[in-house]
Amino acid sequence: MSDLLRIDGLSKSFSVSAGLFARPLRLRALEDISFTVKQGETLGIVGESGCGKSTLGRCILQLLSPDQGQVLWLGQDITRLPAEEMRRRRRDLQIIFQDPLASLNPRLTVGEIISDPLRTLMPELKAADRRAKVLRIMEAVGLLPEMINRHPHEFSGGQAQRIGIARALITEPKLIVCDEPVSALDVSIQAQILNLLADLKDEFGLTLIFISHNLSVVRHVSDRILVLYLGRIVELADGDDLYQDPKHPYTRALLTAVPIPDPKRARQRNIDALQVEIPSPINPPSGCTFRTRCRHAIEVCAQQRPPLETLKSGRLVACHRWRELELRAADSA
Amino acid sequence: MIFQDPMTSLNPSLRVRTQLSEVLVRHQGFAKDKAERAAVEMLERVGIPEPAKRANAFPHELSGGMRQRVMIAMALLCRPKILIADEPTTALDVTVQAQMLELFKSLTNDFGTALVLITHDLGVVAGVADRMMVMYGGRAIEKGVTDELFYDPRHPYTLGLLHSTPHVETRAKRLDPIQGLPPSLEHLPPGCSFNPRCAFRFERCVKERPPLIGIEGSEGRAKACWYDGALSYGKVA
Repeated sequence: MSDLLRIDGLSKSFSVSAGLFARPLRLRALEDISFTVKQGETLGIVGESGCGKSTLGRCILQLLSPDQGQVLWLGQDITRLPAEEMRRRRRDLQIIFQDPLASLNPRLTVGEIISDPLRTLMPELKAADRRAKVLRIMEAVGLLPEMINRHPHEFSGGQAQRIGIARALITEPKLIVCDEPVSALDVSIQAQILNLLADLKDEFGLTLIFISHNLSVVRHVSDRILVLYLGRIVELADGDDLYQDPKHPYTRALLTAVPIPDPKRARQRNIDALQVEIPSPINPPSGCTFRTRCRHAIEVCAQQRPPLETLKSGRLVACHRWRELELRAADSA
Repeated sequence: MIFQDPMTSLNPSLRVRTQLSEVLVRHQGFAKDKAERAAVEMLERVGIPEPAKRANAFPHELSGGMRQRVMIAMALLCRPKILIADEPTTALDVTVQAQMLELFKSLTNDFGTALVLITHDLGVVAGVADRMMVMYGGRAIEKGVTDELFYDPRHPYTLGLLHSTPHVETRAKRLDPIQGLPPSLEHLPPGCSFNPRCAFRFERCVKERPPLIGIEGSEGRAKACWYDGALSYGKVA
């Protein structure tokens, strides 16, 4: 698999008002993020609220422009592209949003919503062709043809999300960023949408970036998973490796905190509960940002930021002590 | 005593101390200073660090998890016999959710409070509840001991929910979702409300509504379903 997308040293900060006359504060949403996305894979991005998941998704699509770093799409940096060229590039890069109803224009019909990207991106298309295309996509996402003239408010959350997916698919993109696509849905509907995404991925040869705070969902859909903490990468690994053998203490804590829908297993589990809460990204701790919640933190963690190491298998880990902790775990086992 | 889920249920213009002590002054006739002392004590019980300092904070100065702890403290002040928690952890991150669920478990032990936990998350139920009741279209459709419902669901809807839930520990190729959509409560289908989505439906399900009937051989177990055969279209993990 070749690299479709490469993110290189990406940083983004926002200024936050600290009061009417105070100097605005800098919130570092993303700091020096680098990773690659391979053709045809699903990359999951997980982390707690405020860790920069959505900001990262938006920077990849250039809905936000990063302060530093590059987003290389098939080798070409798209962060500095002129607006007109970027617009053409948008055909390849699409997004699905969290709140399906809020992200659809209530005054347009389903057909208009789905065909909207075609009007700007493929203006040469004739109305009849456009309609045929819309109907084809609607069928693919499980919407009935007679729904084409209805308005979004007539649909439930799950169906609205199908419309959102259809709109993203209509330009025949190569990559779709799914930002919490099922978080607002009921479990039974959530399962339907997850299956749909899996089918569409095979059918259209898509590459997905799947952003969610729900680790069970991410585990279900992703080939590789990226864990973010306060705007930094703490770990990146294959799904199975990450879940079976997490190297970073934060990943481990996050995994043990996920509720398991199985009473016996839930009782057996040792929850590695993190005691304190996530620090403010406006004033993050020095060195390793996770150290304030980490049981294993020592002096060096406060002084130096841990480097993001690349292991042989291609895994990334940012922790001063992961090797040592692993040895200790092996000893006690 | 009820307390709703996220951050909107605290009064934003009152200090935590005031909101908490108000409860005791009103309901238990405590003097103000005694009520405030009790409030701070309770904040400590629910795991708020530096409770005396935090008591002076306004709700917006606290994080989501802290606010939820304040809510729990407020609910517990009068030593209720029963505590109803409506989606108490839905708005929280997993790590904070795990802290909350641990707190619930220890509080029900310490105070002898019964907890009614309302949630859509089967994972949360599995970890906390002794018994559970599954609802659909405004009716209870199955109830019983948590373990029995998880390992031996008797209602097709319960089975469907279990199949729809992704598991963090295993990666199934596909989920097995329930087909169709939940019905609108204004237009419930005739007979069993679940029948349009049910894989085990037969004639009677469309005509008559099944009552919630006890299942023999297991205590407190009941289901509302006409179908009596084996429920299987796969094994529940």
